[in-house]
Amino acid sequence: MKLNGAAILIECLIEQGVGTVFGFPGGAVLPIYDELYKRQDRINHVLTAHEQHAGHAADGYARASGKTGVCIATSGPGATNLVTPIATAYMDSTPVVFITGNVPQSLMGTDSFQEADISGMTMPVTKHNYLVTSVEKLAQIIREAFYIASNGRPGPVLIDIPKDVQIAETEYEPVSGEALIPRLSMKHPTAQLRPEGEALERYKTKAEPRLEQAAQLIAEAHRPLIYCGGGVTLSGAQSELIALAERADAPVVSSLMGLGAVPATNDRMLGMLGMHGTHAANIAMQRCDLLIAVGVRFSDRALGNAAAFAPNAKVLHIDIDRAEINKNVSTTLHITGDARVVLELLLARVSQKHHGQWMQQARSMMEDYLSDELFEPRKILRAMASLAPQMTVATDVGQHQMWTAQHFPFLLPRQLITSGGLGTMGFGLGAAMGAAASDPQGRPVALITGDGSFRMNLTELSTIAYYNIPVIVVIFNNGTLGMVRQWQTLFFGHRYSQTTLDRGPDFVKLAEAYGLSGTRVNTMEAFTQAFGKAYAEGRPCIIECMLDIDEMVAPMVAPGSPIDSFCLN
Amino acid sequence: MYIHPDNLQRYTVGVLVDNEPGVLSRVSGLFSRRGFNIESLAVGPTQDREVSRITIVVLGDDAHIEQLVQQLYKLICVQKVQVMQQRNAVERQLLLVKVKAGIAEREGLMRLVDIFKAKVLDVTKSSMVLQITGDNDKIAALMKLLEDYGILELVRTGVVALERGENVMSSDIFD
Repeated sequence: MKLNGAAILIECLIEQGVGTVFGFPGGAVLPIYDELYKRQDRINHVLTAHEQHAGHAADGYARASGKTGVCIATSGPGATNLVTPIATAYMDSTPVVFITGNVPQSLMGTDSFQEADISGMTMPVTKHNYLVTSVEKLAQIIREAFYIASNGRPGPVLIDIPKDVQIAETEYEPVSGEALIPRLSMKHPTAQLRPEGEALERYKTKAEPRLEQAAQLIAEAHRPLIYCGGGVTLSGAQSELIALAERADAPVVSSLMGLGAVPATNDRMLGMLGMHGTHAANIAMQRCDLLIAVGVRFSDRALGNAAAFAPNAKVLHIDIDRAEINKNVSTTLHITGDARVVLELLLARVSQKHHGQWMQQARSMMEDYLSDELFEPRKILRAMASLAPQMTVATDVGQHQMWTAQHFPFLLPRQLITSGGLGTMGFGLGAAMGAAASDPQGRPVALITGDGSFRMNLTELSTIAYYNIPVIVVIFNNGTLGMVRQWQTLFFGHRYSQTTLDRGPDFVKLAEAYGLSGTRVNTMEAFTQAFGKAYAEGRPCIIECMLDIDEMVAPMVAPGSPIDSFCLN
Repeated sequence: MYIHPDNLQRYTVGVLVDNEPGVLSRVSGLFSRRGFNIESLAVGPTQDREVSRITIVVLGDDAHIEQLVQQLYKLICVQKVQVMQQRNAVERQLLLVKVKAGIAEREGLMRLVDIFKAKVLDVTKSSMVLQITGDNDKIAALMKLLEDYGILELVRTGVVALERGENVMSSDIFD
């Protein structure tokens, strides 16, 4: 059948099983929006107030569901507004396909109205990107883009479609199943899908010697420690990881992105590692004699001083991305591959170990950080968790994010939606909206944000209000950019340069302006009541928690220090 | 990745890439943003119309090169990467150089042309354009000698390299 480029794009999205897209129209995507109008029975489009938050919403959708998110924006400023969400998705390995329109090819390169070289601009922050130069290539490119975004180490892919390509017609044949997998598939080692069948047999043969050596390292270890990262969630390896921890009798620490893979309630879980890691996690890291790192990239925020990191340990690194091996930390042994496949194969070779004393030592360093204050972040987070222990929680970036990571006991992979690598303030509301939209049961999602971060994305209140997307916005309002203030307190002589936010807005009135309910609370009782009500109602709303300006995130390790040398306890 | 200048070594890396627009920019962009130190880069099509070959000379250490190869493989347009062993590879680059050459200098220059197996591409009353191919050392030696005559302009292609023997480029995938 003969279709134009815009219609082919929509048909290809349907081929991929895309049900919801986030975006914002404009001149260079008019043909695409025209097709979306015609196919609104198949594809649900969420109109945001700003392209950036459409991008974060597609990212949040992908993080929460594991499916590939889709975002559409117009040329020029529409496209450049996507750079931050693209970089955010790239740093945290989220599968998102970003689609932009561009000016017709006849105008490209002439600085025409709303023209921007978005494929050039996003090369460093995409797994791959395309500038589509003819309609004949379009369907194949879209199939490739979805394949690349979701296979191997996932990541964002951008497709830039000039307007003339959207209008031009060509033959389109719908395909399904095997035919959706592009030819490029196995050429690139990092593009490999979880191997199955023959490919799995080949992988086993190749990995065999390393698996044996890994089993040997585990057999010889006295103080093994497992370091769990976002890759465990991405590959769905949580059961295998817990099984390995039990078999090797090892405690587990987690990166920010790995939280939830091993439930916080598991006896072996020592919590998050790094700058704001727990005492137990950081000290165990420095004492262990074998570090089994799974699906991690050894971020500087987790390592502290790389040279002083895990000084007594041999390092066994398991990751799907070979480029992460020996990048930040030299390994004793590595196995490149999908975490679940590798752990499954490894488990078959590891016999039951007993390290009772080490486990006890590691557990004994666990501490509780509840302070005496009546109304403070930790208590709020515990209260939320006791009311809704399995609720999906999104955050923005700053103190509230670290408190959430430390004190909300995450039980499930994908339960925490947070910008770990790029640390994007303004990520939260879009991401929470996307996460909520991905849930077929329509359960409410909490957004824990700060007054600083929230001012960067509050424009999307109109979106959650209009579509009635159940995001419960919990603002930790301490009247400051708290994390920056904390550094100014600790390292810049209490000189609070441009961090005090004594300027509103009134978040309760703001909620009302958008037709939402807003509640300001400053006692635990009031919070519990407001949150319980919001959760039961499952409607978007704001709960503003008034907190002390000098509240700090502890423990803390100063940047570049060994992770067992705390500057705040 | 910072490396102390004393520990820098010279590596020649061959890269087979899809022959399509933007590929050079993807590869060179990767080098600059990851802080790899390129000494030269040469690119051209191969016998297969769909494939181009890039030869990159890069300064670094072994860890650096491992990282570079792995990062290159993450580019979808990259098909094969090979780090050439210097003793097992032939390397050449081409230099075109315009020197001041009046009647008095011409004789001496012709002797250099002979010794270096260079070619004279253009002669005028006051200048000569010479072509020389060779490895880095040979080109450096000639340039040094030409300085006495006065180099007006020069251009060089960057190193291209092939492995010796009948083997063709194989993937240098670190296991």
